[in-house]
Amino acid sequence: MSEKKLNLTLKVWRQKNAKEAGNFITYKVTDISTDMSFLEMFDVLNEQLINKGEEPIAFDHDCREGICGMCSMYINGRAHGPAQGTTTCQLHMRKFKDGDTITVEPWRASSFPVIKDLVVDRSAFDHIISAGGFVSVNTGNAQDANNLPVPKNDADNAFAAAACIGCGACVAACKNSSAMLFVSAKVSQLALLPQGQIERETRVLNMVKTMDDEGFGSCTNTGACEAECPKEISVENIARLNREYLMANLK
Amino acid sequence: MNRFLTSSLGKKVVMALTGLFLISFLLVHCGINALIFYNDGGVNFNAGAEFMGTNPIIRTVEIILFIGLVLHIYQALILTLGNNKARPVKYAVNAAAENSKWYSRSMGLLGTLILMFLIIHLKHFWVTSRFTDQITGGHTTLFDEMKVIFSEAWVVALYDLAMISLAYHLLHGFYSAFQTLGLNNKKYTPVIKLVGAAFSIIIPFVFAMMPLAMHMGWVK
Repeated sequence: MSEKKLNLTLKVWRQKNAKEAGNFITYKVTDISTDMSFLEMFDVLNEQLINKGEEPIAFDHDCREGICGMCSMYINGRAHGPAQGTTTCQLHMRKFKDGDTITVEPWRASSFPVIKDLVVDRSAFDHIISAGGFVSVNTGNAQDANNLPVPKNDADNAFAAAACIGCGACVAACKNSSAMLFVSAKVSQLALLPQGQIERETRVLNMVKTMDDEGFGSCTNTGACEAECPKEISVENIARLNREYLMANLK
Repeated sequence: MNRFLTSSLGKKVVMALTGLFLISFLLVHCGINALIFYNDGGVNFNAGAEFMGTNPIIRTVEIILFIGLVLHIYQALILTLGNNKARPVKYAVNAAAENSKWYSRSMGLLGTLILMFLIIHLKHFWVTSRFTDQITGGHTTLFDEMKVIFSEAWVVALYDLAMISLAYHLLHGFYSAFQTLGLNNKKYTPVIKLVGAAFSIIIPFVFAMMPLAMHMGWVK
């Protein structure tokens, strides 16, 4: 794949802080390598802005290798942009064409208020995790490996659910701003394993209650979350969450 | 129980259960009405309609049906209001077609169209057979009633457009109900989706054929 250079028009959401109203500002970037990531293209743009004495665009990022869940950005109407199973930091500019206009917005949800520009406050997810996303552990020496037998299927499903990086793309893509895919991944991961059994019922009850209290919408099973999830978490987890919640309420 | 019913998941369970109940009603309604295709001047159909209109068990289920319908609508309204509140600022650009089907995102709109049709439909047949006839002492059979009402081309068009709305509403609703009740796994979900798609096409199609067949004189 040979490197090419792109000239692009960017329409970026700028917002000073949580209180002030924001608006779109149009920027031009030139000579963008197709080998750059989307965030590196933003680094180039920010350098231009700094050199001109303007305020650089605030955006979330950390590991830049697709595992931390910090980067976000709603790119041309898609969470994390047009590529499937990809975070914004792993999205390469070769996915775009020379002369493209790209609109970049922050996640939009009342539970994810904008802090600045493209940065949103995702602590609602932290509150959900602290409501039940943990297990009780024995004190004393570490257990021997393989002391707790786990069926292979359960281990695989738990592992697939545990791949959730909590980026919030599911909420961003859902027309209802529902956090069901996130919560279902966290509940599934622990409900499937023997270590998660002690808090199994209280976990699902408390996490769903916190999810509702945080103001996320309800799930209408459109499947948009699964399609946009950078870790391709399955909506089968949402069915499991519904099941776990139903059973916990029947007890 | 209260905690369950006021949670977002509990409200969805109410939507799913009432939805499946309404689906079972569609099957019965469609089956009885399909008797007009005997093309026997409505003899079989009128007998079926007479049974459904006089049997005390069916009349009781009819009341439960209305309660189910009202619950389905009420819960949908509450959920939609909450969902709208969850995203006060909309996206300037949203490529929703890339990640979901339009009808799965338009259940409220499709449901509203079906409700508007339902009001007209109940006025046409249910009010006439249950009330008007009893007050006036009229002896028009439902079959004759259908002939009169479906002689108007615009009524036929309205009914058939409503059946298209119903088909798309079911296409998402059938599968969605099972997903909400937690019934999703690799073995059964493809079957549920297939049965759901077949149901969503066949039932509205048979319904849609009724006004058309009456209007065109295929059924006399």
